[in-house]
Amino acid sequence: MQARVFVTLKNGVLDPQGKAIEHALRGLGHDGVEKVRQGKMFEIELADTDAAAAEQRLKVMCERLLANTVIENYRIEIGGEGQGTGAS
Amino acid sequence: MKSAVIVFPGSNCDRDAAVALHQASGKPPAMVWHGDSDLPELDLVVLPGGFSYGDYLRVGAIAALSPIMAAVVRHAERGGAVFAICNGFQMACEAGLLPGVLMNNAAGKYVCRHVAMRVEDTQSPFTTGYQAAQRISIPVAHHDGNYFADDATLDRLEGEGLVAFRYDNDNPNGSCRDIAGILSANRRVLGMMPHPERAADPDLGGTDGAAMFRSLVETLA
Repeated sequence: MQARVFVTLKNGVLDPQGKAIEHALRGLGHDGVEKVRQGKMFEIELADTDAAAAEQRLKVMCERLLANTVIENYRIEIGGEGQGTGAS
Repeated sequence: MKSAVIVFPGSNCDRDAAVALHQASGKPPAMVWHGDSDLPELDLVVLPGGFSYGDYLRVGAIAALSPIMAAVVRHAERGGAVFAICNGFQMACEAGLLPGVLMNNAAGKYVCRHVAMRVEDTQSPFTTGYQAAQRISIPVAHHDGNYFADDATLDRLEGEGLVAFRYDNDNPNGSCRDIAGILSANRRVLGMMPHPERAADPDLGGTDGAAMFRSLVETLA
């Protein structure tokens, strides 16, 4: 089973990397860029076949390692379109 | 004083800490590999500075799950002293030995220079050798030293006198309330971003950090 975990900074938490990227995008002429926040995305392949069990397992992973809930939120996506997106 | 320095892959201040401990106590500390799961009988554990696991995922996050960390947590729970410096502070927060987290420096840059700090606590085993409100100069070298915790946690730390050091009009990283170092509730765990082991010998360009190692020897010996 394929899952994705998105880890993002909570609102109000300072994100210097996001800020730097925001400035760089404006420097490229994208004047409409109002705000950039940088996060992380994990693609995880699980042996589980039961989605509910997989979600429970992923929650434990997020709380224990993938996110620091003092400053970060996480969102779990199970199944879906499978392999990564974009050209590479 | 019996001490140990934990060595992680990517630690780079472990030997500096060992030299400072040896000078202060007259005995070399045990150097314990992170993959070990037991500690010898000890008064003090040092979690040293460096870039354990290349700062992958979040600073200190992978090291906090090293086999030895369970033993370090047990040592702290028994009331043992833990001195967590720089990357060690980041690990101590990730391992739950101290509250809060160390984030990217607010300016987004690595900072490596001496900073002015004010001593806020003189009651812990680490700080008895200082005068209250003493101004000291200690080097920092970090990219993620921006201490962050929610307001309730910060209020509690201040209310219980657990802020050990504050940057004195010289905050290099944007940390909440100018915090440079904090103590655990029992005052036996100190986490700090500046490097006292790099300011513990005149040949290193400063000795303001030496009193921390002397305090430990006097209190824990």
